Amino acid sequence: MSASVANGSHVNVAAGGTLLEVRSVAKKFGAATVLKNISLDIAAGEFLTLLGESGSGKTTLLRLIAGFEAPTSGEIWMSGQRLDTLPPYRRPVNTVFQHYALFPHMSVQENVAYGLHVKGTAAGEATSRAEEALRMVKMHEFAGARPAKLSGGQQQRVALARALVNRPQLLLLDEPLSALDANLRKQMQSELKSLQRELGITFLFVTHDQEEAMALSDRIALLRGGALEQIASPREIYGHPATAYAAQFIGQTNLLHADVRGGWAVCGALRWPTGEADGPAIFSLRPEVIACARGDEASAGAVAFRGVVRQQLFGGANETLEIACGPEQILRVRIPAAEPLSGEHTFTFFPADAIRVRA
Amino acid sequence: MYSRAYKSLVSLPPLLWVGIFLLLPYALMFVHSFWMVRDGFIVHHWNLDNYAALFTKPVYLQVLLRTMRIAASVTLCSLLLGYPLAYYLSFHAGTRKELLYQLVIVPLWVSYLVRGYAWKTILGSTGVLNGFLQYAHITHAPVGFLLYSPFAVVLMLTHIYTPFVFLPIYAALETIPRPLLEASQDLGATPGKTFRRIILPLSMPGLLAGATFAFVLSLGDFLAPLLVGGASGTMIANVVQSLFGAAYDWPLGAAVSVCILMLTLALLFFTETFEKRWSFK
Repeated sequence: MSASVANGSHVNVAAGGTLLEVRSVAKKFGAATVLKNISLDIAAGEFLTLLGESGSGKTTLLRLIAGFEAPTSGEIWMSGQRLDTLPPYRRPVNTVFQHYALFPHMSVQENVAYGLHVKGTAAGEATSRAEEALRMVKMHEFAGARPAKLSGGQQQRVALARALVNRPQLLLLDEPLSALDANLRKQMQSELKSLQRELGITFLFVTHDQEEAMALSDRIALLRGGALEQIASPREIYGHPATAYAAQFIGQTNLLHADVRGGWAVCGALRWPTGEADGPAIFSLRPEVIACARGDEASAGAVAFRGVVRQQLFGGANETLEIACGPEQILRVRIPAAEPLSGEHTFTFFPADAIRVRA
Repeated sequence: MYSRAYKSLVSLPPLLWVGIFLLLPYALMFVHSFWMVRDGFIVHHWNLDNYAALFTKPVYLQVLLRTMRIAASVTLCSLLLGYPLAYYLSFHAGTRKELLYQLVIVPLWVSYLVRGYAWKTILGSTGVLNGFLQYAHITHAPVGFLLYSPFAVVLMLTHIYTPFVFLPIYAALETIPRPLLEASQDLGATPGKTFRRIILPLSMPGLLAGATFAFVLSLGDFLAPLLVGGASGTMIANVVQSLFGAAYDWPLGAAVSVCILMLTLALLFFTETFEKRWSFK
């Protein structure tokens, strides 16, 4: 069974049918298999993120769609047209490159108009469209500057304008924000998102940053070792990770290697009712679903256990605790900001929040 | 920070070198060009007759023009050979890159003189090429223009200076970030347009440097015309050599040299400004 159907939930993406179909695509470089039999659809108007560690194959998949690499097997289709047999300059997609790849010998304006010029757009129209695109990314004041004179963030905007000016059906973004510092990154994230909404262009975004993926995407395709681990909306993939890897990669979690017997799961000091069949099972318990019960109040249906606070990390709005609830059992707990805690406390969680995941 | 004394100490040897072996000879040459020869002796009598002779006696201008024509031909030929070679090596040679690079460099280790004599053997009337042409019944008698002609000079100098043209072009092509080429294609440019609009402009500094090498080195060459040029292939450096040698007219020889020097400096200045216009870092 393919991992792409790991979760049966349906994700509502922006209106429109399937724009891009990746059909059983594999890619080998010599003896190394970089992508193993990937199939996924991208809906028109969707913001899909390819998320994964370095070496997961996410950039290779993007390059296959852009046309810089040819798949070893499989096909890529776009709006009823086969894409993978076309050279990159005939594909109705544009790319924002990781290090922007602006042409150093051209001005900002010339960079943006380049795609129009090489396709024979009339000079007047090319100029006005380039101007409009630069205005859109708030770079029109720098039209005459050379890229070398611009900061990283400014180059990023120009690269975006240069791709968007061609009105591609699909925009490919290869870790476009990875070279920016944290503040600029946050700002660009929100601008990217609103730009995508305004223009209605389908975005295929590559990143290794799970927070970025969650903030921006309609759906996340999580890649691992060249295979699809899970594809779902950020909320779905966070709330119901299909695998232990997905649970750990996206957000933080506690993985409980439990033993299920007679409707009860047991993992060290923790014991909770479950509908799973008997046998070993892995559960994901997010740090924030565990509450610290001060006093003796325990909500109805919650499971309680005792734990000793080992460490407390203050995070502004919340605190992350590391608690020991058995000789070899450490759990991570996230609670609203509190005064310093120490010693033994009672912690609770609802059994429904312990999500069964595959290994 | 280094002390002033240290700085002047380390800069002394190169300054002395340039002063004694470059500036002083040039100054001597410059001064000589305003003197004259009388009764077989160089007389320190200041005059402009040497320069006047340069522009009134047609032989000097003729040879100078021929020299520039030959230098321009050599430049063009070595660019036509060197650029595609550098392009192929940089973009398409793959794993054979290192080997091919060495193969381009190796001829530079062979003495200039040896290569000159090799061309003599190939091009002469009883040479390898004529022998083959007659053997293959393409010609019935030895072809004369192959040796002792401007053609032979251009051929030999092209052979010698192509690596000098290749090297800076190859270096320029190697520094072009490959994502730029992908970006160009991504934006809809065919490989041909990508070459014209991205690769060629970005390799222009290397191309200009290579062209300058070929032109300037050919302009001052006197061995190739001596070995394979014959009377019709005489170049300006041969004139200078004979003026300083057999003719013993150092002042006139110095005046010719000053002219070549000015020409070369003007050319270097021109390409320098041009190269600056084409660099963007």
